[in-house]
Amino acid sequence: MVIQFHGDVEAGKLVEALKYFTGEIYQRPPLRSSVKRVLRTRRIHEIELLDFKDRFALVKASCDPGTYMRKLAHDIGLYTGVGAHMRELRRTRTGPYREDETLVKLQDVSEALYLWRVEKDERMLRRIILPVETAVAHLPKIVINDLAVDAIAHGASLAAPGVVRLTENVSAGSTVAIFTLKGELVALAKALKNAREIASMEKGIVARTKRVLMPTGVYPRFWKTGGKG
Amino acid sequence: MSLAAKGMEFVDYITRKAGYENKWIILKDAETDPSYGKLPYERSVEEHISYGVINLDKPPGPTSHEVVAWVKKLFNLDKAGHGGTLEPAPAGKPQGDRRPTGGS
Repeated sequence: MVIQFHGDVEAGKLVEALKYFTGEIYQRPPLRSSVKRVLRTRRIHEIELLDFKDRFALVKASCDPGTYMRKLAHDIGLYTGVGAHMRELRRTRTGPYREDETLVKLQDVSEALYLWRVEKDERMLRRIILPVETAVAHLPKIVINDLAVDAIAHGASLAAPGVVRLTENVSAGSTVAIFTLKGELVALAKALKNAREIASMEKGIVARTKRVLMPTGVYPRFWKTGGKG
Repeated sequence: MSLAAKGMEFVDYITRKAGYENKWIILKDAETDPSYGKLPYERSVEEHISYGVINLDKPPGPTSHEVVAWVKKLFNLDKAGHGGTLEPAPAGKPQGDRRPTGGS
């Protein structure tokens, strides 16, 4: 983002301010915001000063979701004593997505749809649309067997016998992506145990399903219903 | 290569693309039945749209909400959303940030 200072700032003081705001910071959401206005903590993983000229500083920050960059710019202004506001902001990365060859313009979308609908050429459309699985590529993952898929698609919790493999970074309380062996995203869930614990479990619930992405009936229903029939 | 191996290769591929790495703990050998479900890259165009995400460069000016509405209309979808930013532009300034738009 570009921070505009309201007075002259020494480069040394600016670097000191950026260092001060690295790590855990407190933020109260602004007056006009879509979340509850209570003081909360966010982590600024890194702030890099890319350019500094006159009263403008170009910085690149990597932060937790829900960090108010406008607020951060304002606070940097307070720290340096001259005041500042955010002049421009560009998101270069969100979750697994970056500013790379997958980033497309609205015109590309419209052109790709034209090529597909009118010219019957689906290649561009296939290139600009990414499989939904890419959206969770950054998360810890659990892969399940075919027998467990439809139960999860119905919203059931994941039990230990359904787990085929999982990534080491699965930890109790973390959001995990549940995949089929074909690599299809089934659901997002909250893990109840750490990866090592899950690996040693023979029965019991290992994750609670939070958001189902796969429609029911894609995989056959292997689970039994209680009662008759 | 088995179907499950192809599926896992796909998961590792998209993870690497995103700049991460999967460190797997493999609990058992398992295969998957080809008669239901399919490899994500073998979906039909219609399925690909339904299970698709666009990494969209939002032009400054329109809100992410408006852009989602346009994309929805372009595709004739009834459901689409975006995963974006919380920065609400209190000063009403245009912002050149981008948000992915997912159709489902």
